[in-house]
Amino acid sequence: MSLWLVLAVNSITLGGLLFLLSAGFSLIFGLMKIPNLTHGSFFMLGAYLATSLIARGMDFWTAALVGGLLVAALGGIVERLILRRLGGAELAQVLVTLGLSFMIADVCLMVWTGDPIRIATPSALRGATSLLGLGFPTYRLAISLIAVVFAVALWALLDRTRLGAMIRAGVDDPAMARVVGIRVSRLFTIVFCLGAWLAGFAGVIGGPILSVYPGLDQEMLPLALVVVILGGSGSLLGSLVGSFVVGFLYNFGQAMFPELAYVVLFLPMLIVLVVRPQGLFGRQTA
Amino acid sequence: MRRAALAAALVILAAVPWWVGGTYYTNIASQILFYGIFALGVNVLAGYAGLVSLGHAGLFGIAAYAGARIMNNGHGHIAVTIGALALTLVAAAIFAVLALRGTGLGFVMITVALGQIVWGVAYRWISITNGDNGIAIRGRPSPLGLSLASPAGFYWATLAVFLVAVASMAIFVASPFGASLRGTRDQPRRMNALGYHVWMVRFLAFLFSGFWSGVAGLLYLYYNEFVSPQAVALTASAEALLMVISGGTATLLGPIVGAGLVVIVKNVASAYIERWNFVLGAIFVVIVVFMPEGLVPGTQRLWRWARAAASGPRVSAAG
Repeated sequence: MSLWLVLAVNSITLGGLLFLLSAGFSLIFGLMKIPNLTHGSFFMLGAYLATSLIARGMDFWTAALVGGLLVAALGGIVERLILRRLGGAELAQVLVTLGLSFMIADVCLMVWTGDPIRIATPSALRGATSLLGLGFPTYRLAISLIAVVFAVALWALLDRTRLGAMIRAGVDDPAMARVVGIRVSRLFTIVFCLGAWLAGFAGVIGGPILSVYPGLDQEMLPLALVVVILGGSGSLLGSLVGSFVVGFLYNFGQAMFPELAYVVLFLPMLIVLVVRPQGLFGRQTA
Repeated sequence: MRRAALAAALVILAAVPWWVGGTYYTNIASQILFYGIFALGVNVLAGYAGLVSLGHAGLFGIAAYAGARIMNNGHGHIAVTIGALALTLVAAAIFAVLALRGTGLGFVMITVALGQIVWGVAYRWISITNGDNGIAIRGRPSPLGLSLASPAGFYWATLAVFLVAVASMAIFVASPFGASLRGTRDQPRRMNALGYHVWMVRFLAFLFSGFWSGVAGLLYLYYNEFVSPQAVALTASAEALLMVISGGTATLLGPIVGAGLVVIVKNVASAYIERWNFVLGAIFVVIVVFMPEGLVPGTQRLWRWARAAASGPRVSAAG
């Protein structure tokens, strides 16, 4: 397989992971107006928790679900006990999420040490799959598939269910949503937990490709930020498109300009900011 | 009274190397001073302009890296200072143009991204920045024949720069420009209606803030005689912001007290435990949740309350 094809496959895989990560980030930002700076930590924590669960004999997929759930529980606690107390003080909320991210990173370093830990690829998905006469790594195809499934599921949730309608109403106009009887504060908890779960789950299924190591959180968080700035906050389609753009930029940037990979990654974001500050698919806010 | 207190404070500050007891403590005092300058710079935006930047370590680091590069190319200290600060101002202008596309949370996110770009360059563009290994320089300068090699010498030089920084802040706060900046923070639309160019006021404030961040970065370089990507990391930006917030935003003294607090806690904590980042995060969370106004305004409030309580009957009689 040619280098370019390998890069393209890797880009799509990373894009899929980023979508899982940034969809939650984007929803939280859209609804609660908090750029949740613990989101990278949720990703890393999910992966670390799964390594311990797998070491205790749990199989990969259960560990991914449970790891995500544990992270979601933590997210719920953070939202209920801390962010809730600071209701309305958006800046204070951002700073708290930043402080928490340092604490989580340090606890992870203490518990799981500084050595990178690799999560074994589930045995059913090892090796390569033949597609159109070319061999593709099966696990990477699986991640892409999972991302697509989640994209459809999230779209259906937001667009086709009552809960989704309430969330959309909360994103568009929280005050008006409250007036018509939607309990926006409960939506906050639900969305925050859902976002945390997606991040934790993404961390686990990303484990076989990225491994888990200290600093993974600080590496993923800016990527999620770029995705959301590119795509526009609160927009699922924006997250999807933004994720794949970033996935491609990151992989091709690293292959072609290894020293400037970060600049290549952030440049389009800056262009979008200058030309269309609300993001490609974001709506102008008043 | 006020003047006497100021003079006494100056004498105490100038005499630090004699009474503080050892070069270790003199060095910590120097660190407090240059981090204090950094915090004052961040406070211009976070406090007076209401624009919270999480990318200022980028500017701090650009000054340090530029200084190190210029010096290692064989130039003198004057060229280093001018070159590094000029480059920092250019970078601050670029940062400002991009970051001022947003206000509030948008501004925070853009500055995070900009700071991470600088970090990425420092970490990855090895031919320029020597990557993770950082750049070492060959010694501190000797302006006007005074050697800064000793801890006390460096302390006095830093103190001189620090006093200039504090004086410039005091003038800035009292100036019409300072007032218009606070106006753009509180009532941007009214300021616009009154004929102020809100964007330009913020842009100039960003340059002012960036300049002092650059000065602090240069002092950091001379102090450590070394710079590495650690100085540019998001943690460094967050620390600077913590200094401002813990001390009290939009106060003159707050960022300095905050810098003292963070530097001392950091040195004390790192002597006993490895988990400095955890302590930093925890302080952040506790201060934001329980003392959102910061230490200096919080203490002032307690002081006023205590005085009012002491002279309670007279106050009520006057009222």
